[in-house]
Amino acid sequence: MTNDRLIPVPGVITEIRRDTPDVKTFRVVGRDGKKPFVNIPGQCAMVSVPGVGESMFSVTSSPETPYMEFSIKKCGCVTEWLHSAEVGTEITVRGPFGNGFPVNTEFKGKNLVFIAGGIGLAPLRSVINYVRANRADYGKVTVVYGSRSKDDLVDFEEIKNEWANEKDFTVYLTIDRPQDTWDGHVGFVPAYVKELNLRTSDTVILCGPPIMIKFTLAALIELGFEKTQVYTTMELRMKCGIGKCGRCNIGDKYVCKDGPVFRCDQIDEMPNEY
Amino acid sequence: MLKINKSNLEKLFNAISEKQNLYIPCNVNGKTNYAVYGEGAQVDLETLKTVKSAKEVFFPQCEDIVSFKRNGKAVEVIDVRKESEDFTVFGVRACDLKSFEILDTVFLSEPVDTYYQTKREHGTVVTLACNYPEESCFCHTFGINASEPKGDVTCWFAGDFLYWQANTEKGLNLTKTVESLFEKATAKDEKEVETEKKEIEKRTEKLPLYDLTTEGWGKDSVLLEKFNSPLWQSLSEACLGCGACTFVCPTCQCYDIKDFDKGHGIQRYRCWDSCMYNDFTMMAHGTPRPTQMQRFRQRFMHKLVYYPKNNEGTFGCVGCGRCVEKCPIHMNITKVMKAFGGKKND
Repeated sequence: MTNDRLIPVPGVITEIRRDTPDVKTFRVVGRDGKKPFVNIPGQCAMVSVPGVGESMFSVTSSPETPYMEFSIKKCGCVTEWLHSAEVGTEITVRGPFGNGFPVNTEFKGKNLVFIAGGIGLAPLRSVINYVRANRADYGKVTVVYGSRSKDDLVDFEEIKNEWANEKDFTVYLTIDRPQDTWDGHVGFVPAYVKELNLRTSDTVILCGPPIMIKFTLAALIELGFEKTQVYTTMELRMKCGIGKCGRCNIGDKYVCKDGPVFRCDQIDEMPNEY
Repeated sequence: MLKINKSNLEKLFNAISEKQNLYIPCNVNGKTNYAVYGEGAQVDLETLKTVKSAKEVFFPQCEDIVSFKRNGKAVEVIDVRKESEDFTVFGVRACDLKSFEILDTVFLSEPVDTYYQTKREHGTVVTLACNYPEESCFCHTFGINASEPKGDVTCWFAGDFLYWQANTEKGLNLTKTVESLFEKATAKDEKEVETEKKEIEKRTEKLPLYDLTTEGWGKDSVLLEKFNSPLWQSLSEACLGCGACTFVCPTCQCYDIKDFDKGHGIQRYRCWDSCMYNDFTMMAHGTPRPTQMQRFRQRFMHKLVYYPKNNEGTFGCVGCGRCVEKCPIHMNITKVMKAFGGKKND
């Protein structure tokens, strides 16, 4: 019988990195040591702990890596279990699901502005590292990333040591409230975005909590960006990942197969139910 | 066309079920549902609407997907799929038959659901015309003809006989295995079937929901205008969120996936679920549909707007009327359709 997208494969956790007090990044490979499947930036995978449950996560590693990484915040049964797992533990994965970012079409040759809030950096990291790996294909890159505190910045080491030193990369970090060990910017992302003199001809990729997306988008429009320039990702409850279980629709679109990446002008045509 | 005397139907069912499973409406404890025919089965072809629709034959209420064994840190994934054996489902009405087409667009579109696919491939569908459509029926609203269901074989009751007409290769193959029980229908017989079909059409025209139309709904309706209508609030006011409408519905295909730890392994299964339930879309940060109004709206918008937009105008309802009969507060899709009908919602 042919493969079925509902049947997962075993994945071995080969590395666990603590990013923040409640976010860990898990590196996963198949039993053969290779990545379980090929993905494009922005696509998702169903990660499951048999007997506990199955949840959809964006793949945070970029397609070039020989492994898959998931940055996961502890906030439910599956994530709780994963946070207590050790290296060497097997879980299951299936995918890839969703459309991913248009890295080989609409993004090509463009200046890109990545704006992320909190764990919202996870899906953007795959695009950012893809852009770094294919540097000649893209223009200038600006990263604006904000979190509650310094300790809540996901992938801080990679941002500081790698992204900030990349050619034609500008990284802006901000945290919500002042902190003793922080000498960078303090303030919310939407307000920070307005101060940064962003080029309104750039393409924006925006991801974070719904409230942050809402206010940042409003700030971008105020600055003169068009909604057609802004890409974001949506998330809804999912079970199958292939548009059949009926759970993740927003109007006539299924986030799992028509999304999770949408352009903001497309979202305007959807019912306000997300 | 072939015919068999009604008094010989048991022989027909025995003959089919000797070679394969035969799913047929059976009365069990006063309720009629599709069940595997066997000794002592109380076949009930009088009841027009089985409680649960015929979709259960292809999309069971509960179905194993995969199982797991955990051994220390290792996980073994066990494919539990079996190639389905040939089977026949007898007595499918025109509405339920149409629902299979609708489920096909969901489960057989890429990536294909192999659990459903194998059952569809191995199932032969024998339909049965509805001699007496009921008050809650409105299949004609969706262009379905209760007197002429297709499927692999079509059957009609007329006079003392059941008439049998194979339509497809699968139907012809099934016919071959039971042909000896039938007589050839004469020209006069065929005329009698035609007369019965006309009678059915006349009876349909007298149904209380005969005037119901899909006007204003479908692929060309303005999604946000319908979605934002204030009518949803009053229509959904009394909805209990029981989900009965979704469980009896032949086209509802939403499912949940759950794990069950058996103690000696983990079984992952899927089961019917309902968009009417408040935990259906619940996530760590909340649900996008916190009110019953939103869940109610989702169900009807899906059948009447979202599904048609994604499927060239085909509606996600077949007018079987099960929800009309089962809703404890007497709310249903026909009332929703009428409430919007011809009225401007500005």
